Amino acid sequence: MGTRECGSPISMSKPSAGEAGRTGDWRANRPVMTAQACLAVKKGEVVCQLCWAYCPDACISRGVGPVIDMEYCKGCGICSEVCPANAIEMVPEAAHGVCNVGEGSER
Amino acid sequence: MSDTAIKRTVMAGNEAAATAAKLARVQVIAAYPITPQTSVVEQLSAWVESGELPAEFVTVESEHSALTVCITASTVGARVFTATSANGLAYMTEQVWWAAGARLPIVMCIANRAMAAPWNVLNDQQDSMSVRDAGWIQLYCRDNQEILDTTIQAYRIAEQLHVPVMVCYDGFLLSHTVMPVEVPSAEQVDAYLPPYEPLTVVDPDDPRNIGPVTLADPRANADGVSCHGYMEVRALHQQALLGALETIPAADAEWSELTGREWGGLTWEHLLDDAEVVLVAAGSVGMQLTVAAEALREQGVKAGVLGIRSYRPFPVDALRGKLAGRKLALVFDKALSYGNEGPICGDLKAALYGQPEAPVVFGAVCGLGGRDVTVEQLNDAANRAIADLADGVTDRAADWLNLHL
Amino acid sequence: MTDSTSMVEIRWHGRGGQGAVTSAKLLAEAAFLSGWKGVTSAPSFGAERRGAPITASTRLDSEPIRIYSQVTSPDIAIVLDDSLLEVGGAATGLKPGATVIVNTTRSAAELGVAGDARVVTADVTGAAQAAGVLVGGNAIVSAAILGSIAKATGVVTMESVESAITHMFNGSAAAKNVEAARIAYECTEGAR
Repeated sequence: MGTRECGSPISMSKPSAGEAGRTGDWRANRPVMTAQACLAVKKGEVVCQLCWAYCPDACISRGVGPVIDMEYCKGCGICSEVCPANAIEMVPEAAHGVCNVGEGSER
Repeated sequence: MSDTAIKRTVMAGNEAAATAAKLARVQVIAAYPITPQTSVVEQLSAWVESGELPAEFVTVESEHSALTVCITASTVGARVFTATSANGLAYMTEQVWWAAGARLPIVMCIANRAMAAPWNVLNDQQDSMSVRDAGWIQLYCRDNQEILDTTIQAYRIAEQLHVPVMVCYDGFLLSHTVMPVEVPSAEQVDAYLPPYEPLTVVDPDDPRNIGPVTLADPRANADGVSCHGYMEVRALHQQALLGALETIPAADAEWSELTGREWGGLTWEHLLDDAEVVLVAAGSVGMQLTVAAEALREQGVKAGVLGIRSYRPFPVDALRGKLAGRKLALVFDKALSYGNEGPICGDLKAALYGQPEAPVVFGAVCGLGGRDVTVEQLNDAANRAIADLADGVTDRAADWLNLHL
Repeated sequence: MTDSTSMVEIRWHGRGGQGAVTSAKLLAEAAFLSGWKGVTSAPSFGAERRGAPITASTRLDSEPIRIYSQVTSPDIAIVLDDSLLEVGGAATGLKPGATVIVNTTRSAAELGVAGDARVVTADVTGAAQAAGVLVGGNAIVSAAILGSIAKATGVVTMESVESAITHMFNGSAAAKNVEAARIAYECTEGAR
């Protein structure tokens, strides 16, 4: 046990991107923001920011408008739910169909 | 009361506990009153109110919140104190585990009281015994002087190991009984207790999550540094508790150098040297057993007493050493692990298992819910155990003292 | 059982709210100041209810006391209210030659305590009343009774009683309680 680099006898973490690993690859649905609909963009000021406040992974940065870090966004969709302007839509990462495989995949 | 001089007076156990907290210069107190702990809280709140104790007294609506306040205050670097009894301790049980797992050097006095139902405000030790596995150090006191001295020592031990300490003393029998106590001077205590250096200081400019989700295996943090998994954190906690087997006697020895009073560290003894029959207990009943042992000697039995001061950590090596070669150990428990036996008795049997010179161990249960325990009853129990041993009995059910079913 | 022949065992008989808790603590402090090395004074165990009979235990010895059980066979029984002689079992289990101190307006003969106990009587309530130790119009005997104990038994000196009272009470309350104890001392009958 003495070899572990993190020597603390108690469990701690820093609230920072990546503490839970690269969570971006957990994502099935991706948030897509329509900037013109965002209240902050409309006003040209740092207002609202509910998506930033509610993001459980702290991967949305405040701004005009807020920016989502797709490396760590796990696609939970809370930002989309809380956005009062419906500016964030959850879109599937991949379009699926019946036996829908890309051309040239034949082996 | 002036803190500048050593003072000899008479006081109740609860006043001794409060006085110790004051002398330790606690900075935050949060507690919820419950019989028989109440006068600890009353005394401390009066001192805070009068300005005699420059601490923050946080009033709360429950014991769960009391310990939560202590946990948060200790996390940010304050020396904290709380006290409770029985159902109050049960109510804060979730946070009892948190305080230990977060390795916070909280000192909590337990005025030992019976658990409900049925409702009862009187003494036994079922309350603290029921949280023996939570990762706290548990020290049991036999008189009011020991309560005062042990509570001060508890801060030393807790802060050195980053492990919380329960100072347990029998409700009413000690909490409300006045007896002579020497109060050390503030200078003595200051020399003994350096200011608290917290393991972690929460800094708004460099924030931390304390005790976040920690799964089974070690993990890499955001910087790629490998951090302990749950089992590693628990193994370190166990190391700290076992380390207390050194720290507790050392703290007692240093206290003795300052004050001339030492309490035996992990265990204490009376007439043990040549004893063949050893009476074992924790707390005030141990003190009564010293009188019983003397009476047994008058009757020709080589009897002695082995008192348990540190119940967690359980002083396995010390007990093995002190009991090797004896004929009989009779353990008096003021608690029960229902469906099994008294907790000290069971632990002692486990400690002695397979030891070549181990004595026969018998258990006795006494004083539940404040049932008066007299020296005569303790003597009679010892004589019954001696008779059973003479009859070749090596294992038997616990002897319930003064039970009238 | 006593662990030495010098131990004095005292049992208190009072009613919830009468001040037995304060009395027991005052006696412990006065005894400590009087030179007893071993002193324990345990007020009634449990939740006191106003008016309900309670008992409390005090032990004094020349060496530290190691017994915490209740006193069942006292050398001295202190009865704060003579109605407790019957309902409170104040005369039960007395050691041979025990002293019973009773707060009463009656005489020892009228009380009719069975056995060979030496019965000492005093109107302690009257003493407290005369000294103006009143709470809500009622005389409180918790400190005054110490005067009777000092006179009847000598286990504590009046000087130590006054010190203990002055330590526990402030200002005029201390002065009135000291006065009450002095009056009780003077009017305690049957002293040795």
